[in-house]
Amino acid sequence: MSDPTTSMIEAVGLEKSFGSTRALAGVDLVAETAKVLALLGPNGAGKTTIVRILTTLLLPDAGHASVAGFDVVHDARSLRSVIGLAGQFAAVDELLTGRENLELVGRLYHLSKTERVRRSDEVLERFGLSFAADRLVKGYSGGMRRRLDLGASLVGRPLVLILDEPTTGLDPRTRNDVWRFIEELVAEGTTVLLTTQYLEEADHLAHQIVVVDEGMVIARGTADELKDQMGGDVLEARVARSADLEAAAEIIARFGEGPTQIDAELKRVSIPTREGPSGLISAGRLLDDKGIGLEDLGIRRPSLDDVFLSLTGHGAGEQPEPEILAQPSYDAERSHS
Amino acid sequence: MTTVAAPMHPVIAPMTPRLAISDTIGIAQRNLRRMVRTPQLLFFSAVQPIMFVLLFRYVFGGAIKTPGGAYVNYLMPAIFVQVVLFGGAQTAVGMATDLKEGVIDRFRTLPMARSAVLAGRTLADLVRNTFAVGLMVAVGVLVGFRFHGSPGADVGALVLVLAFGYAFSWVFAAVGLAVKDPETAQVAGFVPLFILVFASSAFVPVSTMPSWLRGFANNQPVSLVISAARSLLGGTASQSNVWRSVIWLMGIFLVFVFVAVRMFNKASS
Repeated sequence: MSDPTTSMIEAVGLEKSFGSTRALAGVDLVAETAKVLALLGPNGAGKTTIVRILTTLLLPDAGHASVAGFDVVHDARSLRSVIGLAGQFAAVDELLTGRENLELVGRLYHLSKTERVRRSDEVLERFGLSFAADRLVKGYSGGMRRRLDLGASLVGRPLVLILDEPTTGLDPRTRNDVWRFIEELVAEGTTVLLTTQYLEEADHLAHQIVVVDEGMVIARGTADELKDQMGGDVLEARVARSADLEAAAEIIARFGEGPTQIDAELKRVSIPTREGPSGLISAGRLLDDKGIGLEDLGIRRPSLDDVFLSLTGHGAGEQPEPEILAQPSYDAERSHS
Repeated sequence: MTTVAAPMHPVIAPMTPRLAISDTIGIAQRNLRRMVRTPQLLFFSAVQPIMFVLLFRYVFGGAIKTPGGAYVNYLMPAIFVQVVLFGGAQTAVGMATDLKEGVIDRFRTLPMARSAVLAGRTLADLVRNTFAVGLMVAVGVLVGFRFHGSPGADVGALVLVLAFGYAFSWVFAAVGLAVKDPETAQVAGFVPLFILVFASSAFVPVSTMPSWLRGFANNQPVSLVISAARSLLGGTASQSNVWRSVIWLMGIFLVFVFVAVRMFNKASS
């Protein structure tokens, strides 16, 4: 379905059910070589099921998939020698040292003794863990463990790195470190598939984004293409008093279409709009007439949060997946226009 | 910047026995390191059977009449078997822990021999059991236990006990994979063991039990292995007990290798 020299992961019509639960209902994917493909979606959307199929941990009920040309069912063992997986929960061994963890993984990739020692040293150095190389992982901080977990997935120098929610639960600094490592790896030619619930993560890292919801792909494209699909901008107001939030939302809703998003914590309401400056001015006048104090009012390009909201139709009031909407979007605005 | 992760198309070698053995050694080494690095667990694992020895040797032993010779010589072969079996409960806990923490998942995404995860764990258990039995021999000698068999028979008895423990490691591996939870694994492994070890000839002669229990107690594998070890160590080698024990342990081994491997291939955390 696509040129094997440019696509590293291909999946066609993947289906998987667990009992009566349909986890995947026909998923198609293509990841290009040396690019980042992000699977974006809420918990339970099917992202992890896709990862488990691509890493040979699960067999698909229907459809087929290949990584680096190896079929997930028929060439599973060959496939395993070209991938690296780092998980949501760092699967490193607490009772081994950092170095022992890496050397064990190297051994299981069937590297020679000298090669696995050398690569373990390189990984430790690159991930800033040399100082703790011979300490038990038990004493590592959460960030150090995550770095080691990521490092372990690189010992085999994989063509394809698969990261299942690589930054979930990380503090912002460590998360930025992980992002930087991913960018460096891609610059060196590694293909990365990552899953994330965080729109800003997909926005920041991914060349291609596949939005998954309820086991289906509901949109795909670059971050900009997805934003364009909304076909407009976002009208957003930040009120001075929380008490005015409802009233402001009601006024704002008149100048846009689609669900109104309310962020109580940031005292912010927003809605997709096509009205342009005249809408902005009218909205400002109406809000002022009602005596609603504003801290900010403006029209901006949509963030991926807005896109996700308009794609899934999950309104801010009926959050099926609180994690998604609770993820603050201020970083996305800060790091990208 | 180093180019540590520059992807290279790796040489994809077919799985060979040599690679499978190397994988097994890697896993066994990992598990042994984990054992050595939980000294509290090692300490209490050693204290428990020592308490048993002291309890039965000095508290209950006087009240138990056993055929032929000192009670300590009757007791110690049972302690050797008990120690390899009770130690095996840790295999179940270890498998369940690895499954729960995603370690098994990571192994299953590596190009390693899948059998090595189980083979490596049971190999590590065999090493641990060898030390445990050695320790119990030393404790036994301190409280009056003596070898009465030929050197060959004495060594044979210990090898038989260790082989039986090895076969049971596969049972425990299957238990750990079945229950998938470390705390449950701890208890789940213990219940059948308790029945097998106490409804046996381990601590009291079977002839003192009610008749309905005797048939089971005389013919179940733990009794057979203890009797075989006892006769080998006592210099009264009974061939039939030894052969029946070997057949039992081979049977347990083959069935549970099959069961554990199947469960491992299906297992997902």
